Amino acid sequence: MSHFLSPVFASGFFESEAVHIALAVGALVAVVTGVVGVFTVMRGQSFAGEAFGDLGTTGGAGAYLVGVGPLWGFVLGNVIAAGAMEAIGVQRARGRDLATGIVLGAGLGLAALLLHLYTTGHSATGATVTILFGSVFAISSTTIPLIVLLGAIVLAITLTIYRPLLLSSVNAEMASARGIPVRLVGVLYLLALALAAALAAITIGTILSTALIVGPAASALRITRRPLTALLTAAGIGVAAMWLGIVLAYDSYHWPPHGTIWPVSFFVVTLVFITYLLSGLPEARRRRRADRRSSASLVAQPTTTS
Amino acid sequence: MNEAPRAAESQEILRVDGVCVRLSGRTILDRVSFQIAPGEFTGLIGSNGAGKTTLFRVILGLQAASAGRVLFGGPAHPREHARRHRLIGYVPQKFLFDPDVPLRARDLVGLGIDAHRLGVPRPSRSRRALVEEMLHAVDAERFADTRVGKLSGGEQQRVLIAHALIGRPRLLLLDEPLANLDLGSAHEVVALLARIAREQKIAVLISAHEINPLLPVMDRIVYLAAGRAVSGTTEEVVRPDVLSELYGHHVDVLHVHGRVLIVAGAGEDTDLAGHEGVFPRSEVLS
Repeated sequence: MSHFLSPVFASGFFESEAVHIALAVGALVAVVTGVVGVFTVMRGQSFAGEAFGDLGTTGGAGAYLVGVGPLWGFVLGNVIAAGAMEAIGVQRARGRDLATGIVLGAGLGLAALLLHLYTTGHSATGATVTILFGSVFAISSTTIPLIVLLGAIVLAITLTIYRPLLLSSVNAEMASARGIPVRLVGVLYLLALALAAALAAITIGTILSTALIVGPAASALRITRRPLTALLTAAGIGVAAMWLGIVLAYDSYHWPPHGTIWPVSFFVVTLVFITYLLSGLPEARRRRRADRRSSASLVAQPTTTS
Repeated sequence: MNEAPRAAESQEILRVDGVCVRLSGRTILDRVSFQIAPGEFTGLIGSNGAGKTTLFRVILGLQAASAGRVLFGGPAHPREHARRHRLIGYVPQKFLFDPDVPLRARDLVGLGIDAHRLGVPRPSRSRRALVEEMLHAVDAERFADTRVGKLSGGEQQRVLIAHALIGRPRLLLLDEPLANLDLGSAHEVVALLARIAREQKIAVLISAHEINPLLPVMDRIVYLAAGRAVSGTTEEVVRPDVLSELYGHHVDVLHVHGRVLIVAGAGEDTDLAGHEGVFPRSEVLS
């Protein structure tokens, strides 16, 4: 067995502590982003998810500058961004993209300055790459309690407001006619999304974090009909992509160019993308079969009399 | 106010009493009054922009009235808001689900029971039976396991009605439910609603810009034009003198093959119509 697996799992895969942490954190983050992402897609807030990812760059750069872990920066940056979006009017469907775009622009400008200050002060470009593209193999074990806490908060929020959130995501008018405080539900959800994006950023980087939020969820919505199944499917797809991505990245040490590993983010995002393409196949096949059946019945019509 | 005013004495389920709504200087509703008794089928008729949706929002408590009030009958509840939400089932206007929404028809109906509750729903036999009963009541069992976004407009409408009915409301509010439907589906939905009103003693208030599909089933009509309303039975309201006064200019009411055509007179300058002209230089208002 191990002989068979050895070409896939390069030597030391199961012994390395960095790999253990990467697998555990990666799975937790994928579950959280998958669950949150289903509502992001349903609510048409993918752009807000993208903005949180990008704005994590600002927070992350600030964190490096003051010398704390980047996760603190991601969280703080995203929560401030969520507040700003809410204040500007992210909940009105019409001004929503505008509000998001304005906050995003301002935040990224600040990120440019902070990264400039850090890199000129420290003559190191590693921070920029870590922030933008993540470094799941470099997560220190001291960060794990915070990651678990944040993940638990996001899941608790989302599952607690599950029913009101589901109905107000489907139709806000129906929800408010039922007495659901739609705005409060929206704010709580935005907070959950902001924290989920921060968690995604620490694994696959700020600019790729949306892929982990939107990708598995969008695939899940194409293959499931039930809301709870969609949450589980999105989480499952995320975990699978994350773990396979980690395995491939670890293995890529033996790939050209020798002696370096390819970024985990590349593998994860690519796998998510492929999954999305594949998830469209059942529907396409069903449609083709339906077409064939209807054209067949057209041909058959003259001969069938009953 | 310690005790919320009630519309109880005459067994009314809803009393709209002199409701005015003014938004940024414009009068949307002007002293609108009518009442609805349990099990009564009421059509709220008016062209686009007459104020139908605003009136619904006032009744639902989503829009404050500048003057007047809305009173509800039915059992008392310590919190007036909660009583209103328990009393009313609501089907929103011009709404079609996205095809990728992960909700089967039965999931949406189930949300009608407990969407306001926290947490994830726990499946139970009684919950499933109730959903099944409602799907049966609107004749939607056939597509109970289909995604709502893949259903036709008429099928979605029926699922939305089941969603609104499952909370056992006393008053069903439907905002232009026939607007997106072909004639056949519209007649089916109207017949379904009439049956529900009769069998379950649920009052139905339905808004429409076209009066004819509702004529056979309406107990009462509330005719809305430019924010003002007249109400009564169809015979009392759909008359040239009554409607002419409401519109503020001469209006003819024509009966053609069992249909009613409400037509502005020749030369009348009206912005209320928006329907195709039947006769030269005149306009069909409804």
